[in-house]
Amino acid sequence: MAYQNAQLDEEKVFKDPVHSYVHVRDQVIWDLIGTREFQRLRRIKQLGTTFITFHGAEHSRFNHSLGVYEIIRRILENFTDRLQWNSEQRLLCLTAALLHDLGHGPYSHCFEKVFDLDHEDFTKQIILGDTEVNQILTKVNPDFPKKVAEVINKTYHDKLIVSLISSQIDADRMDYLQRDAYYTGVSYGHFDMDRILRVMRPLDDKIVIKSSGMHAVEDYIMSRYQMYWQVYFHPVSRSAEVLLSKILQRVKALHNDTYQFQQEPTHFYSFFTGEIKLEDYIKLDETIMVYYFQAWINEKDSILSDLCYRFVNRKLFKYTNFHFKKNMSDLFQLKQLFKQVGINPDYYLEVDSSSDLPYDFYRPGEEEERLPIYLQMENGELKELSEASEIVESISGKRRTDHKLYYPADRIKKLPDSQEKQQIKALLGMK
Amino acid sequence: MLLNHARLIRFFTDANEVVGRKKLQKMIYILKKVGLPFNEKFGFHFYGPYSEELTLRIEELCNLGFLTERREKKESYIQYHYILNDEGRQFLDQAPDDLPVCGDLVQRLNDQSARFLELIATMLYFDDLTPEEVEQKVTEVKAKANYKQEEFTQAWQFIEQLKL
Repeated sequence: MAYQNAQLDEEKVFKDPVHSYVHVRDQVIWDLIGTREFQRLRRIKQLGTTFITFHGAEHSRFNHSLGVYEIIRRILENFTDRLQWNSEQRLLCLTAALLHDLGHGPYSHCFEKVFDLDHEDFTKQIILGDTEVNQILTKVNPDFPKKVAEVINKTYHDKLIVSLISSQIDADRMDYLQRDAYYTGVSYGHFDMDRILRVMRPLDDKIVIKSSGMHAVEDYIMSRYQMYWQVYFHPVSRSAEVLLSKILQRVKALHNDTYQFQQEPTHFYSFFTGEIKLEDYIKLDETIMVYYFQAWINEKDSILSDLCYRFVNRKLFKYTNFHFKKNMSDLFQLKQLFKQVGINPDYYLEVDSSSDLPYDFYRPGEEEERLPIYLQMENGELKELSEASEIVESISGKRRTDHKLYYPADRIKKLPDSQEKQQIKALLGMK
Repeated sequence: MLLNHARLIRFFTDANEVVGRKKLQKMIYILKKVGLPFNEKFGFHFYGPYSEELTLRIEELCNLGFLTERREKKESYIQYHYILNDEGRQFLDQAPDDLPVCGDLVQRLNDQSARFLELIATMLYFDDLTPEEVEQKVTEVKAKANYKQEEFTQAWQFIEQLKL
């Protein structure tokens, strides 16, 4: 039997708290899960620094990737009667679902921002490069790695396959919303996924929702909205993220200034120069990062040492709401005052905006801006979701953004009494 | 800090008004591709390169009152106009940006249609391919747009000029 059709002697299952079980029958999928590049995802947390706020949120990209694969497997089972896909197309969907997050780095979003990287580039490189994953995909067909990479990068010619993995209502979002809700322990984030899967319909090059399933989709949109504001943009998690960015910025700056580290940042060298070897990228995971943070607590550089101590021991920056119009001049004044009292504002003062987040909530947008969710009405007509649903309209029409200013309250409190200290406290609204 | 917002406001001082979200997306993508320091992350979507971060940041700038958004009802959809206002200009006075002078380029892009900019942006997205492969790929992923050979020819000329 050709490798692409090879089945395991008996079905393997992974116990999963969100989907009960993840079922694997394809030899290719089983082999991919066993590769070192996929196993690495166990050491990349799905929600980065959110565990600092919600202590249960220690789940990994590995859990999530299996979950997305399982959702696609179930969708394809439902589509069996409707789609005449050959076995390679089926395998392409499953494989792309499983591997879609393969290139995420440690504390991905933050890491990418500081080093100007894109995890999607690395997903592509791992799939097409000299890796265990590539060897397996090539065994299916020499062209197969390229197709998988294109589906994940959304440049594959068959948009229907792309839509399953990545759209406004896709397997990726359906898994992470439920998984993140489960592990953070919040009560939002739940919706009737089974119902949504039953009302999904392939139509030309996109997925549409049978109109009778509108309320299930409303629930999904609501979950996405609540998770956005309650979990993803939680100001305490964002504070940890600010610290993390500052640590990486400081290490980079010190390296550029030829500072003599006690614990050399060996794993980061290629990231500093921008000439990143794939092997270096694969080797760097969150266990390695945390090791460095622990070690750098003992560095002579007081800024790096302090930032690492804060991150490791959860001594986070405090925050206050920041209004651009009202507080803009305050910000410049604060920077000056920070310098005067010996606190470097480049590392201890930061404005964080909701647009800095890698998440979003549903908005239909303008025509041809991004693909919205379509309901298929009884007469076959397509209607954009917010046109049919008042609930969705009210959420998507509401513009809400948020900005916070982060600062080290503990350090400010410990400053000797001075006019500058009083001014800083007044500007930040500290007691 | 606030630099990303300031860069966008600076862009609008050159563009003044941009008609259509799709056009705005493609303009920023093209400017980023020619080396201007925009930090918004782009991925490939149904209609070419698209950045959710940019969408959110523009929303923020509208919420903050720095950009004015005007809705224009078209036959089957709403088109959005974005215009820099006085408060936006005042913000820029306080938060200087680091965008190099690019007024002519912004104007040239703004003079093009959204469809043409979509073609340019999509071609630039596949700039690791040969020209023949680029055209083939664009035709494949944007089959519905049905770009003609003469549009490709114009697009290549435009891209060539961008590199100068």
